[in-house]
Parts: sequence; structure tokens; C-alpha cells
Amino acid sequence: MIDERQRERVVPAHHEPAPPHVERNPGRDLDLGWIESVRVNRSAVERRVATLPGRRTVKQEWQAAWLLRAISCMDLTTLAGDDTVGTVQRLCAKARHPVRADILEAVGMAQHGLQVGAVCVYHTFVSTAVEALRGTDIPVAAVSTGFPAGLNPFELRVREIEASVAAGAREIDIVIGRHHVLGGDWQALYDEVKAFRQACGEAHIKTILATGELGTLRNVTKASLVCMMAGADFIKTSTGKESVNATAAVSLVMLRAIRDYYVRTGYRVGFKPAGGIKTAKQALEWLILMKEELGDEWLRPHLFRFGASSLLGDIERQLEHHVTGQYSAAFRHPLA
Amino acid sequence: MVSRMTSSVAQIFETMEYGPAPESPSLAHAWLDGHNRRFGMFIDGSWTALDDDRLFDSVNPANGQPIARITQATEGEVNRAVAAARRAFESWSQISGHVRARYLYALARQLQKHSRRLAVLETLDNGKPIRETRDLDIPLATRHFYHHAGWAQLMATELPGYQPLGVAGQIIPWNFPLLMLAWKIAPALAMGNTVVLKPAEWTSLTALAFAEICAEIGLPPGVVNIVTGDGQVGELIVKHPDIDKIAFTGSTEVGRIIRAATAGSGKKLSLELGGKSPFVVFEDADLDSVVEGVVDAIWFNQGQVCCAGSRLLVQEGVAPRLIHKLRTRMERLRIGDPLDKAIDIGAIVAPTQLQKIRQLVAQGQAEGATMWQPSWACPTEGYFYPPTLFTDVAPAATIAQVEIFGPVLISMTFRTPAEAVALANNTRFGLAASVWSEDINLALDVSRQIKAGVVWVNSTNLFDAAAGFGGYRESGFGREGGKEGLYEYVKRTAGPSSRANIQALSGTVEPDDGQQANGNGQHGALPTLLPPIDRTPKHYIGGKQARPDSGYSRTVTDPHGRIIGEVGDGNRKDIRNAVEAARAAGKWADQTAHARAQILYYIAENLSSRSAEFAQRIVSQTGRGLAAAEAEVEAALERLFTYAAWADKYDGAVHATPLRNVTLAVPEPIGVIGVVCPDEFPLLGCISLLAPPITMGNTVVLVPSERHPLSATDLYQVLDTSDVPAGVVNIVTGPRDALAKVLAEHNDVDALWYGGSAAGCALVERASVGNLKRTWSWSGQRDWLDRASAEGEEFLRQATQVKNIWVPYGA
Repeated sequence: MIDERQRERVVPAHHEPAPPHVERNPGRDLDLGWIESVRVNRSAVERRVATLPGRRTVKQEWQAAWLLRAISCMDLTTLAGDDTVGTVQRLCAKARHPVRADILEAVGMAQHGLQVGAVCVYHTFVSTAVEALRGTDIPVAAVSTGFPAGLNPFELRVREIEASVAAGAREIDIVIGRHHVLGGDWQALYDEVKAFRQACGEAHIKTILATGELGTLRNVTKASLVCMMAGADFIKTSTGKESVNATAAVSLVMLRAIRDYYVRTGYRVGFKPAGGIKTAKQALEWLILMKEELGDEWLRPHLFRFGASSLLGDIERQLEHHVTGQYSAAFRHPLA
Repeated sequence: MVSRMTSSVAQIFETMEYGPAPESPSLAHAWLDGHNRRFGMFIDGSWTALDDDRLFDSVNPANGQPIARITQATEGEVNRAVAAARRAFESWSQISGHVRARYLYALARQLQKHSRRLAVLETLDNGKPIRETRDLDIPLATRHFYHHAGWAQLMATELPGYQPLGVAGQIIPWNFPLLMLAWKIAPALAMGNTVVLKPAEWTSLTALAFAEICAEIGLPPGVVNIVTGDGQVGELIVKHPDIDKIAFTGSTEVGRIIRAATAGSGKKLSLELGGKSPFVVFEDADLDSVVEGVVDAIWFNQGQVCCAGSRLLVQEGVAPRLIHKLRTRMERLRIGDPLDKAIDIGAIVAPTQLQKIRQLVAQGQAEGATMWQPSWACPTEGYFYPPTLFTDVAPAATIAQVEIFGPVLISMTFRTPAEAVALANNTRFGLAASVWSEDINLALDVSRQIKAGVVWVNSTNLFDAAAGFGGYRESGFGREGGKEGLYEYVKRTAGPSSRANIQALSGTVEPDDGQQANGNGQHGALPTLLPPIDRTPKHYIGGKQARPDSGYSRTVTDPHGRIIGEVGDGNRKDIRNAVEAARAAGKWADQTAHARAQILYYIAENLSSRSAEFAQRIVSQTGRGLAAAEAEVEAALERLFTYAAWADKYDGAVHATPLRNVTLAVPEPIGVIGVVCPDEFPLLGCISLLAPPITMGNTVVLVPSERHPLSATDLYQVLDTSDVPAGVVNIVTGPRDALAKVLAEHNDVDALWYGGSAAGCALVERASVGNLKRTWSWSGQRDWLDRASAEGEEFLRQATQVKNIWVPYGA
């Protein structure tokens, strides 16, 4: 039954990991064969994410350090219809000093210059944020391309990116056309994202998949790969405006897509879960997921961001609890 | 792996390491201290006095330190436990199912309430990670009691006609101490049995904690007895004359010894033994999920799992990618203090087990396989072994065949689904299998073809009280969990007919009654002018009559001693040929149930047209009256109708397991079944034992009544004209027990039914240890006319084995 012949190792080229690159992902040709080979088993994915919190945890000093790391990876965000210059300035002030000085002092991080990963706003407030963050190296990120639906005329969407970059945004969070994914038109998705990437120039591009609207995990993986092939620097789960935002399951399959892309091309692409991440415990679970699936390098802000608006408050309370041993209260920490 | 140094927050902020996350053992230690760390045994509702001379250490494998001392039971204590169980059985078996349900419910509640203490205690005693004891062992054990509380409640209505067995002797292994206890005790108690249970000597502490819980809830004394000690205590249980049932989970080696030791004792036996379970990965599988599946398959409980997916079979095209992914993942596994909540792999249970793993790994390397282990080092204190992956493994390699029972995975490649099945089934074991493919056609096709009691599609190591667990082949027999598991702890309530009149109905009439024997053998009494044409039946093998290998014939006589015919004198080579023919006819199982039913009806039709001849044959062989013989033929026809009717109605089930999935409990044919027929009712007995196996898709090697074989040999022509495919039924005449022994010893016979002498029962049970085939034997006569006891569900269950296929789904 078993062929006893010496089996030769005929290994397709992509089976050997590509050498790693340090520069940002330049993208590559659309590989439809790769896209079509995607398989995702939802039950198995859900089992992995359901059991992971029981397999890994961090306590005490480790927990405090990890929570501080979460802050450094945070895109402190305000994307509300009633945003004003004032609220954006307040957010930027918080970005500079995300944690009370006495708490940082107590954990030995006072001299560390802890700050958030970025401040994320609508285009209208890019210049406000750039001004408010002057003197720091905190980048301003702008949501763009007709956020959140992404259905404005294509030319307008490209011009919006250019305008935000011109106003000083160093990161652009674009939204993809979900209709391309749902219709299986990967070429159209690729072309669109590639055009956005060109419009970004030196600014980094985060592609928001709006995973809650893609129907299946398999679509999430395929869309992730197409965006990376088109040159995404980050892939991001959600706008925060869909009814289902960043879940652990979609995060897992996106991370696995990032890993496959890295193994085959040597380029590291970042990940940004956004929407519904409100607690310190959730933040730790995401960090654990990153560490387990992608490794320590992806625990840095150049490859990992949380999109969050209320997460910081809970982390501050947990840090104070770590320092004092007493449970904290929200009003004890400065508002964003 | 785990940094023990205190690190500053600023340092950790840079390194992003995991720190220690210890589960506190203080409450478990307090419990041990409360018992002065010395334990007697729980017999008849109270604790035995301590005898310092018989205490031995129970060791924490994570550091090699003793944590308590437990007792080596004496023969007197085992006797006392069995006697207590026997006394308790009188009332426990008589109280209502509802009362038993309340006790089982109370046990479940109590386990749940003390779950964390039990989890920590289990980890201290066994060395497995707290994550597993906390999230799997204890919750699954608890669920088993809840589930079986339900079966106690429903026994009267759901299992009518069944009664408890009596005292169950239960011997459990060290790899899942409390969970295996639950798998044994819950169904036994639910069905009204009482138990004497011996935990493994390395891991007895949670069983003793469970005994305490039995006392706390007021379980009547003697219903559960826990005795401790080594294999000698197990042997005392196995050989105890007043035990009705032995349930064993452990090694195939010990299972064989137990099978031999209980042979002929009348003890009911269930064995859950070893495995070398295949983990089959097709090229269209979700490979990242496969990797996590492998982790849960072979690095769960340090690989010390009977159903561990220890043979990774990968389709060639994706093998390099999968192996790369797997190695990357293995680098991230964490080994260390099993009480740490973020540990994947704990300690091996004992130094001897560790030594065995090391030796087999060395042998694997010596035989040319490539070994790979992660770059990190194991703790030096305690008994640890790193996760290990072998590639370039040939099926002939030792490590591809034997159960390592450690964190060692071997991998092989295949090209086609057929080759995957061939490799998967290329083992003596048949406990579990895992099949990974996103193509439901492929996954289900392969799941049905793999010889294993449990198949997990795109998943692995899923367990639940509602689903049966147990093996094919040398992985043992019997099921635990689900309705199918209950039958291991019940027996048929005696039927309404009186055994006393069986002889009158069926047996040979003594010669002085002057009845006219009127057969048509060549030496019969019919007056005739022409000499009759010789009609000596040979064996019936592969659809043809085959001359006996011996070249000898045996004479068949009537009750007066007159010769009425001759049949072939079968020997071991005839059995060998018949088994080969039966094995070759395996496609019979692929026929639709409807098609098999049609053939059974056809057999009945052709038998019916010759019913007068068959009745005469019964008369001539047995000397019974013609009316009785005609009644037997009519009953045989009806029996064929019964099984034709059953063919498409003996369904499986979809078990309600707590997961988004369908758990299909599929009754599958066992394979080749040897059937050794009793003397009573020469035709009806034969048909009653032939029809159920072929109805369910088995093929049969049948040895007819030694004394009255002609009713069976007359069937050749009936079978020939009824479209029965060649080899589905094979008949070898000859000396009953000698042929039974050959069948019992034959490693390609999957099950053996035997109706004959008590000595013969012992013989076949003892001789069956080679491939641990399922045997079903009885001595004394059965009333084959009694439909309640001579046909139906029990026979169909004996002709099948349940495969549980777990199919999680999700768009």
C-alpha cells in the first residue's frame, strides 16, 4: 500500500520561509491562487480563542507592565459626530500623559516617557491634533475614504487621503469596499487599496476590513491577504461603527493571515483591533493572542495598535489597583 | 521557561515575558494535612484503620516529593469491600431510579462545589497542568454524574427488560484519575450496581476525596467502596468470585491479562485500552487550526492519553508547510510547574514512565527517524519531557506502531484518501481518530472508513457524558458515556419462558420413544428400490462448497444411533480459508440496509419453499415430532423476517453534546464474526445467530451444531439461490470446541459468538486475548422459540459497535 520509493522533497518555493525585511511592506502582485486556497474552520478558530484565556495569563508586575505596553500600543480615538476642537485637544493632552504621574512613579516608569501609539481623529481635526501634539512624536491618524461606509466616489476618497496627509496625518485608516469582498471581486479590492496606498505616500496605511460585514471568517482572511498584497501597513478589524466589531475569532484569522504573509514574503504587517475593546482584561487577552500567534515583535506599536476610546480609563484603574492594592474609581483619573 | 526572578515593571515592559501565575495549593494542602497526609480506605461507608506497615508514598511528579501516604489493601480488605458492596446491592438495586438519581445529583453538586480543591489536588498528585484539571478533568467528571443522574431517573422507562448486574469491580488508570472514576462509577450506580473501585497507585488521592464526598452526601454504606494499592490489589478484584463485572481502563497488556483471568468466570467485562490514534490532515484543511488541534491531541496531559492523536498523517503537498507551522508553534509551548496557570505541559507521572518515553524516542532515532524538539530546556527538578516531533517515520518503525504514552508525535505523509485510510488503519488499535478537511464529503467518507470508536472531524479530544467512548480492535470493547455505555452495567431480565421445557421443545428425543426418523441421508430408513445418490455436504466457503482440508468426514446420527449423513470434518485450515473468504467479502457492509433486507427476505422465501424438507431434517436428526419440527422451521422463517425488518431500523443517534456540532453515534458492523451454534434447535438456533450479524453488514464464519449439523449444511443451496454474495456466510462443520478455539485465536476474526458448554465459554474467552476480540458466549440452552429473549435489539447490539463521529460546524 505504501510506496516505499524514496520520496523526493519537491517543495514549492513558498514553503520555505522568506528572509525577513525591515522596511515597510511594499505589497506584491495579486495572487489569486493563494486567495482561493484559503481555508478557515470556524469551530476550530472559536475553540482556540475560547481556550486561550485559560492557557495564558499575566499577574502582578507582569500584568502592570503588560497594561502599560497596551497603552503604548493604543490609538487613542475620538470619532464622534459631536467632536470639537476642544474635545480633540483634550484627547491629545491625555495622549501625552496617559497615566497619572504618581502611578508611573510607583511602578518605576516615571522616566520612561510613556505615551500612546497615536491619536486617531476625523480629517476635520487632523490639524488640531497635529498642533496639540507638537513637540511629541505621537503620530496623528486620520480615518479616511468615506469612513465608515467607504462608499463615496472613488476620486473623492483618494483626495481625502491626500488632504489628510497634507494636513499632517502620518497614518491613514482607510475603509475597504465590502461589496468587493462580498462579490468576490478581489482584483477590484486590490486595485482600490493599492490606489489608496499610493495616495498615502510616506504615511502608513491601515486598512479597515469592517469584518462584521464580511459574512465569513474565510472572507476575512481573503480580504486580509488582498490588502497586504496591495501594500497595507496594518490590517484593522473594524470601524467601530458596525454592529459587530473586533472579536477574538476575526482577530485570530487576521493574525494568521499576517503570519502567512510574513512567512511567504518576509514582510511584517501590523494589526489593529478596534471597536468594543473596553477593559484591561480584554487588552491583556489581545496582547496574549499577539504574542502567541505572531511573537514578541508584534507587541510593539509599529506592529500593533488598539483602536479604543474608553479602554484607557479601565487600564488606569487597574494600574492604580496594582500600586495601592485597593480598587480604584473612574473619577480618580483625568478624563480624555 | 517561567522566569522565577522578580523583574521590574520597566524590564517586563521591554521583554514582554510571561511571569509566574501560580494557583495556590494551600487549600488542597490543608485538606491533606487534615488527614495527617495518611489515608486508609473507604469500605462499607467508613475508613479503615491505618496500618503503618502498608502505607506507601504518593508523589508529586512536578518535584518528586511525597505529598501523602496511602494504603496497600490486603486480600481481607478487598473481600470486605466486595461483601459490603454485595450487601448494599440488595437495597441499592431495589430502590427507585429516582432515589438513585438524587444521590447521583448530589454527587455531581458536591464535585462542582469542591471543584477547585479537587483540581489542585489532582494536579499535585498527577503532574498535569492546572488548566486541564480545572477546565477539563473536574468539569467533565461532574458532568458525568449529572448526566447519569438522568439515566438513573429514566432507567425504568428507557431500558425496560434490563436489570443491574450486581457488584462491579473497577480499575482505573493514573492519567485522568477523577474523570475515569466518574466514567466508571456514575453509570454503574445509575443502573443500580454497587462498586469496588481501585484507583491507580500513583494517583489515588482524588478517589479518596471522592469517597469523603460519598460519605458527606449520605450515600448508603457499601454502594461505593474505594480500595487502594498496586496491581496485586487489582488482581484480587479481577479474580474475586463475587464480582459480577470488571471494568478496566489501562494498558492493552494488562487488559489481556484481565481477559484471560476472567475467562469462563461469567463476569461481564469492558476494557478501555491503548491506542495509536491517527490524526489525518488533508490538503484542504485549515492548517493553522490543524496545528492547534495537534497541540490538543498529543500535548494534552503530556501525551499520556489513551486516545492521543499520536500519528500525524499529512497529505504530501502540505506536509512541509504544516511541519514548519508545527515547529514554530512548539517553540511557544510552555512546560513547567503544573500549578502555573499559563503552563501547557506539566510533568510526566512517574520516573518509570519518563524512562519508557526516553527509551522509545532513542529507539525512534536509532531506527532512522528525524527527531525535533524546541530549543528551550525542561525544568531539571521533577519528571519532565519536552514536546517531540518525529518526521521521516516509516510505518515499520517501532515508534509508528507502539503506544508511547508521552508527548511524542510521529508524522508520515500520504498521497490519496485511500492511502490515508490504509495508513490510519494500519494499527492493532482502534480507539480514536481525527480527520481534518474542509470538504464534508471527504471528511465523512474517511471518518466512516477509519476503524475507531471515536472520530473527531476538524477537532480532537472532545469528550462528553452524552457520547460513547471506547475502542475497536485491541483498544478494547465496551463504551463509556451515552446510552450505549449503559449496557455495560445491565443484563437482560430473564425472559418469561421456563428453561425447564427447552429440552422438550428442542432437544434430541431419547431413542426409546419409537419415533420414526425420516431423514434423507443416504443411510436413512426409507425403503427404496434405487440406492440414493450420495449427498455429502462439504464446507461452504466463499460461496462454494469446499472439500475439508483433512480429507475426513464425520458421521451424523439420529437419536437411535443410526447414521443419517456425513459432513466434512473441519480443521484449522478450513477455518483459515473461511475467515479469508469472510474478510474478502467486506463490501457487504457497503450494501444499503434495504438491499440487505431484501436478501434476508429472499433467504426466507427460498427456505419457505423447502420447509417440508427442513422439517423432516429436524425430525430425522433429533427424533422430535413433525409438528414441533414444522414449528421450528416456521419460527426460523419468522426470525428472518424479523431481521429483514430490523435491517433499516437499527439506527444510530445524534447525541446532545454541549457544542455546536452533530455527534453521530453510528452502529457499525464489527467485521468478521465467528458464530458457533448450539445443539438445541438445529435450524432455528443457526438462523437466529446467523441473521443478526449479516443484517448489520458483518460477514460470518459459522460452525453449526456439532451434533445436528445437517440443518445448516442444507442451507447452502438456499444461500446460493438467495443472492447472498460469496463469502458473506461461510460454514465449517466439525468438532465444536476445537473449531471455536481456532476462531477465538484467529487475529482476523473481530468477534466471536459461542453457544455451548461452560468449559467452551472459558476456552473462547481465554483464547480471544490475541486481538482482544469481543466474545459473546453462553452455556446451557436457550429457548430460541421465545421471541422476547431470542431475537432483537440485544443481538443487533452484539453485532455492531458504536462509532461516535463528532462534526463541529460553522459557516
